[in-house]
Amino acid sequence: MDVSQYLEIFIDETKEHLESLNTRVLELEKDPNNSDTINEIFRAAHSLKGMAGTMGYKRMQRLTHDMENVFSEVRSGKMAVSAELVDIVFQCLDALEEYLTCITETADEGTNDNEPIISRLNAVLKGETAVPAAPKEKTNASTEEKKEASQQADFRAVVLKDFEITAAKEAINKGMNFYGLTVQVEENCILKSARAFLVFKNLEPFGEVIRSEPGIQDIEDEKFEWSFSLFIVSKEPIQKILDAILNVSEIKSAVGEEISLEEKPEAPEEKLEKEVVPVSEEKPVTETKEQATKPAAQKPQQANNNGKPVVNRSVRVDIDKLDVLMNLVSELITAKNGIVSVSDSDKDDAAQQIREQVEYLESITTSLHESVMKVRMVPIESVVSRFPRMVRDLSKKLDKKMELYMTGEDTELDRTVIDEIGDPLMHILRNSADHGIESKELRLERGKPEAGSIYLDAYQDGNNVVIEVRDDGNGIDVERVRNKAIEKGTITKEQANNMDDKAIIDLLFRPSFSTAEKISDVSGRGVGLDVVKTKIEGLGGDIEVHTELGEGSTFIIRLPLTLAIIQALMVTLGDEKYAIPLSTIQTIEDIPISDIKYVRGKEVISIRENVIPIIRLREILDVTETHESQDLIVVIIQKGDKKAGLVVDQLIGQQEIVIKSLGKHLNNNKLLSGATILGDGEVALILDVNTLL
Amino acid sequence: MEELRYELEGEKKLEVTQFIVTKIGNEQYGIDIKYVDNIVRMQKITRVPKAPHYYKGVINLRGEIIPVMSLRLKFDLEEIAETKDFRIIIIKTDKSNSVGVVVDSVSEVVSLDEEHMEKTTVDGNDSRMQYIAMLGKYEETLISIVNVESLITEKE
Repeated sequence: MDVSQYLEIFIDETKEHLESLNTRVLELEKDPNNSDTINEIFRAAHSLKGMAGTMGYKRMQRLTHDMENVFSEVRSGKMAVSAELVDIVFQCLDALEEYLTCITETADEGTNDNEPIISRLNAVLKGETAVPAAPKEKTNASTEEKKEASQQADFRAVVLKDFEITAAKEAINKGMNFYGLTVQVEENCILKSARAFLVFKNLEPFGEVIRSEPGIQDIEDEKFEWSFSLFIVSKEPIQKILDAILNVSEIKSAVGEEISLEEKPEAPEEKLEKEVVPVSEEKPVTETKEQATKPAAQKPQQANNNGKPVVNRSVRVDIDKLDVLMNLVSELITAKNGIVSVSDSDKDDAAQQIREQVEYLESITTSLHESVMKVRMVPIESVVSRFPRMVRDLSKKLDKKMELYMTGEDTELDRTVIDEIGDPLMHILRNSADHGIESKELRLERGKPEAGSIYLDAYQDGNNVVIEVRDDGNGIDVERVRNKAIEKGTITKEQANNMDDKAIIDLLFRPSFSTAEKISDVSGRGVGLDVVKTKIEGLGGDIEVHTELGEGSTFIIRLPLTLAIIQALMVTLGDEKYAIPLSTIQTIEDIPISDIKYVRGKEVISIRENVIPIIRLREILDVTETHESQDLIVVIIQKGDKKAGLVVDQLIGQQEIVIKSLGKHLNNNKLLSGATILGDGEVALILDVNTLL
Repeated sequence: MEELRYELEGEKKLEVTQFIVTKIGNEQYGIDIKYVDNIVRMQKITRVPKAPHYYKGVINLRGEIIPVMSLRLKFDLEEIAETKDFRIIIIKTDKSNSVGVVVDSVSEVVSLDEEHMEKTTVDGNDSRMQYIAMLGKYEETLISIVNVESLITEKE
């Protein structure tokens, strides 16, 4: 069976299962007797096993199989959840994640057998279940599995209908054999119907299934016990068919023999209408074939990109969102037709009509943009859901007690941002755990609760998404940073004395600066905050720190909601046009030149009691042409609590612009975040306000 | 290209490369055709502040932003007034994004085999030479073959 077309789905679902397993096992650690949690873990492990098996990932299947066994014991109450067990399970999850990474990159699970984990799992299994439980008892133990009673199926007991016999006879006349089979599914199998379906699918190349007992519909609805019977006509020998059935995982046994039909009478009148039945059985099979042909086209492409992940990045889209898009596109076509018809007619009010249509068009494109953006949005949950687990591991490793509290996991961000933000966040969390949270003793001494708290809050703020990582730990020791910086030669003593606390803390974001007294493998190698900062700025965001010595620190990350399209204010400098992102603009002021004051040799203006430094963009951007005017047009920009006034020549107005990269040849240009193409085809540059402040 | 190779096969197997011949002043420069994505007329170039001096700015090529450098400035030559012969050659390599190169004019496409090309000796005094890979002879004229990779790679 060729399964490569399911690879993408497999990876997606495995990821989801692993995430949910991580969360559940954490819950289990806190509440070892919660049967709902145990059941869910069992189910997730089971599905993972089934999926890995179907995809032919044997090692992954084996590992999940053993994990499932353990939880099967736990579920039936034969085994208690111990700290050791939780640890092993976490190791399993890590190993599974490794397999998954491997699969994502190469479509192969790799060669790591993870023997130690498997043997530990088995040891737990043996150690705890002193009395080996026979599988039959297991069924009795869990009430859940008890379905309505029906005796074990056996094909010999099934009475064939006349039309079936006729069909079988016809096949025999064509030189085929008629077999009766009974298949037994393993009793701890959850998706029996799926297994049965796989059995039918595996049999498909051999011949036609004439009859099944219970019927196909009942099997699909799981209305059968642990076995079912079927009758098939095939040219192949019986052994080959049985082998095909046993290839399906979780099939316990399959028995069958050839049936001769000589003594049965005929009943031709029923034949015509009922022979349709076997055809309907094939239906699911044809469906899968259709699926198979489509993604197959992608395959050569996948083979080409060496080193890159073998699957394309994808976003799962809510069908409603697609419907909205579809509606907008049809409206777009209507609007276009409107313009076409106006331009065809030569009425007097054509200009007026065109204007109306353009307005209509404008509103459609704006909604279209919004909807497309929504499609690209992913909740940050997919990134942060692994953090509780990470903090738990850190807590053990560092021997500090700490808890992670998260809010706003459903805050949505653009997919590209989501993909990138994970590592920086992880860095900051590790930082908080390692440097922030104090040791147990010190915390008690300071009168704080023994367990440290780390908070991760995400929320939307206008056009930005803010992610705050807060801890109630030690905070940043500004004096220590100051001394360290002098010691390292990052700054001179004189500089250090002139710098305020904020400037000193900013030093932490410089490359190769770490205050950790001892280097641990958690953090403190000097690669950290600077990388975090670069990455976040690369995403168009920024990061700031608030800290109170002894009270804790807060890292505030601000990210743009979307990367591709923004609202911007267009301005001119000389004959050049520039775009300033609207989200950063606070106000626009007309200031008489006489209002400019000087503070420490720098130009400032005071607006409503605020003293704001002004930046002459003309000078910074090397615009040579002069522009004389009595009044200055000052665009007040704000980032966090920093403000500045940008002096521009003229305002053009607000516009929705598409951000394009300047390409890597010019990207060392810190003043610009990109370029955009204006309506007349001209290029305007987009100012990066962050670097101006 | 295929035909040429075929013709030559009778005598000797020689690598034949095609070059776009461009002019800067009186000198001819050849750019391997495999790097050339497109040749467009001069258009409005948007200046990019703080960019390396030989970058004239960026242009909009069918919705893509393409940085454009001046071959004259890159070769430390005087700039001349723009004429209607000016062209922007859009260069694309596997490793980097497209870059436009402004030249005085584009004259023709020539095919040169190995026999008609020779390695240049590096003259330390001429900053141009680091971007010239070979010297080609074509009908009594000399063509400097541009080393495209080094031309568009920024020095650290």
